[in-house]
Amino acid sequence: MSAALARVPVILRSWGNTQFSSLLGLLIVAVAVALTLGQVFAHGATYFFQILVIGVADGAIYALIALGYTMVYGIIELINFAHGDVFTLGAFVSLALMPMFGVTEGKAGIGWLFPMILIALATMLICGGINVAIERIAYRPLRHAPRLAPLITAIGMSAILEGAMYIWRGPFNLHYPDLLPDVAINFGPIQLSTKDVIVIVVAVIMVVALTMFINLSKLGKAMRATAQDRDAAQLMGIDINRTIAATFFIGAVLAATGGIIYGLYINNVTFDLGFISGLIAFTAAVFGGIGNIPGAALGGLLIGIIGAFNNGYFDSSWTEIIIFGILIATLVFRPTGLLGMRVPEK
Amino acid sequence: MDVVRENSRNPNAIAYAVLLVGALIFPELMFFLGGDSNDFLVSLAADGGVFVLMAIGLNVVVGFAGLLDLGYAAFFAIGSYTYGMLASQQLIGSPLHTALHVPFWIALFVGLFIAAAAGALLGAPTLRLRGDYLAIVTLGFGEIVPRFFKNPHLNAWTSSVNGISALDVPTLPAWITGPWAGTDLAIEQNFRFVSFNYTAWYVLIVLLIILSVLAVNNLQRSRLGRAWMAVREDETAAAAMGVNTVTIKLLAFAIGASVSGFAGAFYGAKLSLVSPDQFTFIVSITILSMVVLGGMGNIPGAIIGAIVLYAVLYYFLPAAPQAVSGWVQAIGLGSLNNVTPNWPGLAEFVHRLQFIMFGLILVGTMLLRPQGLLPSRLRAQELKRGVHDEPVTSAAAPV
Repeated sequence: MSAALARVPVILRSWGNTQFSSLLGLLIVAVAVALTLGQVFAHGATYFFQILVIGVADGAIYALIALGYTMVYGIIELINFAHGDVFTLGAFVSLALMPMFGVTEGKAGIGWLFPMILIALATMLICGGINVAIERIAYRPLRHAPRLAPLITAIGMSAILEGAMYIWRGPFNLHYPDLLPDVAINFGPIQLSTKDVIVIVVAVIMVVALTMFINLSKLGKAMRATAQDRDAAQLMGIDINRTIAATFFIGAVLAATGGIIYGLYINNVTFDLGFISGLIAFTAAVFGGIGNIPGAALGGLLIGIIGAFNNGYFDSSWTEIIIFGILIATLVFRPTGLLGMRVPEK
Repeated sequence: MDVVRENSRNPNAIAYAVLLVGALIFPELMFFLGGDSNDFLVSLAADGGVFVLMAIGLNVVVGFAGLLDLGYAAFFAIGSYTYGMLASQQLIGSPLHTALHVPFWIALFVGLFIAAAAGALLGAPTLRLRGDYLAIVTLGFGEIVPRFFKNPHLNAWTSSVNGISALDVPTLPAWITGPWAGTDLAIEQNFRFVSFNYTAWYVLIVLLIILSVLAVNNLQRSRLGRAWMAVREDETAAAAMGVNTVTIKLLAFAIGASVSGFAGAFYGAKLSLVSPDQFTFIVSITILSMVVLGGMGNIPGAIIGAIVLYAVLYYFLPAAPQAVSGWVQAIGLGSLNNVTPNWPGLAEFVHRLQFIMFGLILVGTMLLRPQGLLPSRLRAQELKRGVHDEPVTSAAAPV
């Protein structure tokens, strides 16, 4: 390969040189950290923790979406572009179910809690079903087609979901009821709201439950086996199609949870929310190491914190540019991600 | 006669002939049918030509080399902004303090080279990775570029959200003018392309398309074109045969981007405006749908896909809401037009169908007729029977 590469101009070749790129990567990270630290000391501890809490809460939501990307990528090596829209769908479906369960904004107490759990379960079921249907219709028939084909149907499925939500509710900003209690909690310099705590706790519960499921259950074992070697898993009697469908279902359950807590936290949703959120969450999955479940959680958290730091200390007009810059930089300097197990092949 | 007989059963030759004749008679036909009132259709066709040009360029990336580029509008933006900065008063407010007025014909090629350079810069680090990573990186790049141009800190260079307006128009030493421009048939000296002379813009874009088709068609049949197809069908085998896959993919990416930069410069000049909202993701997905619908890997296919989809999106769909609500009124279902809390009214409903249509085209084409409307014979075989591009798992060494 190196002989063939000789024709590429020298500057381009040095991108691929491990030593050069890791040095350059480290340099960029060091400069970014130094700049941030300067700002942190200039603004004091209270402000720092305020921003950190926002970042962790955002990151928790990104992590929930990123897990779905990473699981699907791990098992069939496909970027499920429609996943970000399943996240939006979670918010939309739960919003539509609320009147049916009698949940409205402004009621005192926690009378909304039990119906909200039912709504969440119904939403998970609906989103899971839709994601399984997407896999069945758009990806399974193309499993042996050239790689480009399922990628194109994935982007098409994303457009279909967004289009359906657009037809359903129009281009408007929809208000999502503000149900979570907003009580300030203080620990010395750390000030947070019960809202932040609930979002973070829900995300942590989901991630822990997922990790236990993957590591301990029989289906989880089947998923790991299928991800490792599909043919060998099939020879061992694992029903590949069922396992893949289960992966899509679980991914959608996590995304739907993300959609609901996003709605409850931000109180505002639009039909095209999943496009940018999905892209950021995918960045998180790649950053943490695609195919790696703890990696996706860590990546989501870090991306959330980086975004919040940039909004708080620097300038929010650069945030998305920085995040997608991280995506490209990760692929350039460390394609395996932070915790990567699965190597994106050359 | 031999040429006709030889090519009479070649669908591509027929498509080219029909397209060329169609392009030649379209403005005359419009003028003949509706006089000046049909001028807007000629203008619409000239704008559609920009999409045809981009479909030709994206076809090089997606169709020939098999790389999915989801941020193609970024290169379009780069071409447009290059022209905007080089040919207007914009840079007088920038640290350069000089307005550049580079002639259109030069700026066109500057736009082309800058877009190609951007493509190479983006491609160089990522093309070593597998195709789907490239897709997501291009998607990210497509989001970065318009945001970058929109950024308030770069106001002096790009006018952020307002965009650059009052761009220079192309000039030519001489041009034929006639009844279509409201004058007698004559030769006009020192001709300027003014915005309402739609025929002139139409002729210009048709010429640019012909130029691009000739160039891309030659590339396809060259050594480079064969290497693209080899890489697309089996990268490992192509590498084993001595094809330098990285350089080959990089060239596909840069050449595809350059066509888009070319189109961008023309589009900026025609509208006399460059604004960051013209280059959103929807543009990228529109062009991708055009290529997939028409037939990946086949130049006339991409052109026909672009024309069909452009006509639907920009001519039939905008007219549809009103037409449909008229029809239902006529057949006695007028209540469908009423707006209720749960129903936006039929006109608005039809208007909202636009987005879901891209999805249905992409999924439907890939599932039912992956080779597209006018397929390339080679590509049709490959897409129908599948290829054996199982990944080489032993290449596990980190990059």
